[in-house]
Amino acid sequence: MYPPKFDYQRAQSVADAIALLGQNRDAKLLAGGHSLLPVMKLRLAQPDALIDIGRLAGIKGIQMEGDRIVIGALTTHAMVAAAEGLPTVLSEAAGWIGDPQVRNRGTVGGNVAHADPASDLPTVFTALHARFHIAGPNGQRVVAADDFFLDLFTTALAADEVLTAVVVRAEQPGTGSGYAKMFNPASRYAIVGAAAVVMVENGLCKAASVAVGGLTPRATRAAAVEAALTGQPLNADSIAAAAQAVKNDLNMDELLGDIHASAAYRYEMAPVFVQRALTKAAERAG
Amino acid sequence: MGNYIGKSMKRVEDPRFIQGKGKYVANLQLADMAYLAVKRSPYGHARIVNIDTSRAAALPGVIAVYIGQDLVDGGVGAMPCGWNVPDIKVPTRYPLTIDRVRHVGDGVAAVVAESIYTAYDALDLIDVEYEPLPAVIDAREATADGAPLVHDDLPHNISYTWALGNQAETEQALAEADHVVELDLINQRLIPNAMEPRACVAQWNSAMEEMTVWTTSQNPHPIRLLLSAFTLGIPENKLRVISPDVGGGFGSKIFHYPEEIITPWIARAINRPVKWVSTRTEAMMTDSQGRDHVTNCRMGVMNDGTLTGIYVKTWSNQGAYISTFAPLIPTALYITLLSGLYKLRGVYGEMWGTMTNTVPVDAYRGAGRPEASYLIERLVDLCADTVGMDPLEIRRKNLIPAADFPYQTPVAFLYDSGNYHGLFDKLEEIGDYEGMRAAQAAARAEGRVVGVGVTGCIEASGPAPSAVAGSLGSAVGFWESGKVRVHPSGKVSVFTGSHTHGQGHETTFAQVVADELGIAVEDVEIVHGDTASVPFGMGTYGSRSAAVGGSALVRSAEKIREKMKKIAAHQLEAAEEDIVFDRSNGKLYVKGSPDKSKAFGDISFAAYTAHNLPAGLEPGLEETSFYDPANFTFPNSAHLAMVEIDKETGEVKLLSYYAVDDVGKVINPLIVRGQIVGGIVQGVGQALWENGYYDESGQLLSGSLLDYAMPRADGFPTFVVDRIETPSPHNPLGVKGAGEMGTIAGTAAIAGAVMDALKPFGIRHLEMPYTAEKVYRAMHASNGGGD
Repeated sequence: MYPPKFDYQRAQSVADAIALLGQNRDAKLLAGGHSLLPVMKLRLAQPDALIDIGRLAGIKGIQMEGDRIVIGALTTHAMVAAAEGLPTVLSEAAGWIGDPQVRNRGTVGGNVAHADPASDLPTVFTALHARFHIAGPNGQRVVAADDFFLDLFTTALAADEVLTAVVVRAEQPGTGSGYAKMFNPASRYAIVGAAAVVMVENGLCKAASVAVGGLTPRATRAAAVEAALTGQPLNADSIAAAAQAVKNDLNMDELLGDIHASAAYRYEMAPVFVQRALTKAAERAG
Repeated sequence: MGNYIGKSMKRVEDPRFIQGKGKYVANLQLADMAYLAVKRSPYGHARIVNIDTSRAAALPGVIAVYIGQDLVDGGVGAMPCGWNVPDIKVPTRYPLTIDRVRHVGDGVAAVVAESIYTAYDALDLIDVEYEPLPAVIDAREATADGAPLVHDDLPHNISYTWALGNQAETEQALAEADHVVELDLINQRLIPNAMEPRACVAQWNSAMEEMTVWTTSQNPHPIRLLLSAFTLGIPENKLRVISPDVGGGFGSKIFHYPEEIITPWIARAINRPVKWVSTRTEAMMTDSQGRDHVTNCRMGVMNDGTLTGIYVKTWSNQGAYISTFAPLIPTALYITLLSGLYKLRGVYGEMWGTMTNTVPVDAYRGAGRPEASYLIERLVDLCADTVGMDPLEIRRKNLIPAADFPYQTPVAFLYDSGNYHGLFDKLEEIGDYEGMRAAQAAARAEGRVVGVGVTGCIEASGPAPSAVAGSLGSAVGFWESGKVRVHPSGKVSVFTGSHTHGQGHETTFAQVVADELGIAVEDVEIVHGDTASVPFGMGTYGSRSAAVGGSALVRSAEKIREKMKKIAAHQLEAAEEDIVFDRSNGKLYVKGSPDKSKAFGDISFAAYTAHNLPAGLEPGLEETSFYDPANFTFPNSAHLAMVEIDKETGEVKLLSYYAVDDVGKVINPLIVRGQIVGGIVQGVGQALWENGYYDESGQLLSGSLLDYAMPRADGFPTFVVDRIETPSPHNPLGVKGAGEMGTIAGTAAIAGAVMDALKPFGIRHLEMPYTAEKVYRAMHASNGGGD
């Protein structure tokens, strides 16, 4: 549990961090350290340098800009869980990450940049159509959630870029959302996690956005579930039927399994948790 | 008399722990200290073709690198077994292996460096060439023809066999039963995970040729003996072992471990203090592990519910080496318990202790007794099903009646005392068993999957009469020492051979001595864990500290009182037999004349001034006793649990838990409650979550806390804990062990509840842990719960 030698530099600004990333070969950004430091201690990751952005106040905290909610990359899970006015699915998921220590040190940006397939936030942000604000040597760019998460521990972030914020829309009237999760009993990561957002108008589902995670290399948009619900009345039967459609969204060949839950079991559980997330979302949509 | 015993007092230990002021081995910093790290096998089984340490040795900051042969050449002896059952074959084990690695984590080389970071960098530079070998993991499969041999000199991987009980009578009891239920079951591997990982610091004084070893041990004196007589060879009078604050043991810190040999050996070799602290990763692959039985068992039952006998065959996984007390656990702490709380005609068990390519297995909280209670209670439940009887009713029917104590079982033990029907009476009173069954019926009518588990469990604690232990294979005695030193001012220091690492002895023993001497509990300080100040003692395990260590303190306090009475009689000019020692306030007075008295402090001061002592009486006031128990004590319990299974996922949720325990006389109810609840949590952990999981090559797949599921607070309801007190008749405090009963009963109670929940699905048995997927698969492969 002792990492090999590495350089440590504290960035004074986002621009400084980008410059330092450019100057240091094989450097990693350090924010809350709750994903990176454990793998370094196990010598599974051996970066030459850590660029500490943990004290950059400018990218920490939650700003409400009209119906845009800007979540600074350094915002902790505890801050997200406690904040008012966020989509329920996000607050709910953030409150279930790890334990109080993890939630008070771990950051939203660090979590999504790490892109652990069992992590909760990638699934939630996929369902929320979040947009990821990225700063790099060539300026700013914005990437949609569907394009941000690429594969196991892999995102659209380049080695010299810094994720500065994740932007989601506030929940509109008639909208409800929810997160449902089967906890890994050891790690508390998701064996299966499902995030759902529904918009109800005149008793019908006007729009649905659903994602599942934990069982696939990256958070997976449940397009078949969304299609099955859109335009339908939201009731127990329609939700149950739509939830089954998640099996069409999953590629059997890439499902993850381990000693806690086989791929086949997770495949069976996906509709259960999609159904639970949708049920909560529908109730909350009023 | 008795101001403190029986009172719930907060632990005097807590302020220092809560404030982070405990003094653990890892806190120790000595001048010129060097740091040790151990290179470990990534294979379950492999031949070491070559080890090249040259690159590591050349790294700046590295002081030295050693391999197994270096230690042997430097005089290190093989690690001994402390419990030698008849005809046991103990494979040779050195602190670092020499020719072969036999489990993931087996040590192959040691680096000592100027910093711990450099030591770990150097580990990466040690080049070990391995030739992987086929591995064997399962205790029973290890005995098959053609199974890979873990040690070439142990055919069929069998270290020992052992049997106990009235075999012919048991066969007959089963033959004459109306029904015999049979079950194949696995009691899975557990990884202890004390909060503080093991650690060792050693300091060599070359001028005095003296060694001091700080180690995270539950029993520093036996470690000193083993280091001295077997492994390190430094004479006992030149070797001091200190076990300071220790953050939990649960049995895993009883044993003699390689690192506590390597660390002092290197400290002497380089003539500098050396520190080794286990990482959590190392702990999971080197701390002795628990359980791991493969069992076939049968129980006979008559149509009226009378249980006739139990017949058990078990293969116990010993791991890659025989750990210090490994052969004791599945023999004299397992087969001896197979009668449970029940009056059975026949009880018989036999055991194969086998070697596998896994981490060595030894005592882990409960140690043999949870394995026994789990299978007994599973069989009793199956018997109840077979004859159509309620699980509580069949237990009540077969309990040993209170009038039958002391009760001789067919498997050696003489149960000291008990009121088993009283246990169940109390359980029904607090738990509303009938109400629970009604709630279950209502839930089932709604389509929910709900189960109730009820258990009655026995424990043997407080090991042990030394002569009995010796006859069963022990290499050591199991008495305990206790020294009471009354200072001139009347304050008291107590030196116990027990060791506290979470049990609260500093509180409990102070309550005992304060009551024995009639003084304030604040005036009693408990000293333990240092061979330089404490008389030789056997340490803490087997829920023995109060029954054995506490009894030694009572004996010493009695001697103190006797001496004080002699002094008081002399000063008050009365006959010694006329002096009363008032244990409510420590005063000594002449019988019938309470005004003619001496205070505790007057007499203690007089003992040290020695100006006015009876002729021939030695000055000073300090007494030591070595207490050898007359028998084990036999705590017992009745527990009740209710669970609900999520029909869609298979996840098990514990809804409620009721426990009634008889641990004899209770010294501190608050501490006992903590022990019971903590024990239950560990027991539930085995039933629901924990699994030391090896693949077929011996790879430990649950080797971190990301994959090894420890119990968490949010998995538990509020516990309802109550007790009855049937004092043990053979120790002066009347106490029985309290540390392990929760674990012994907790696993069985949850197993009963989960299997009860699954009964409508036609599921007869599942192996633990009851993971969501396992339960889900079983429900879906069944009749759907439709009956």
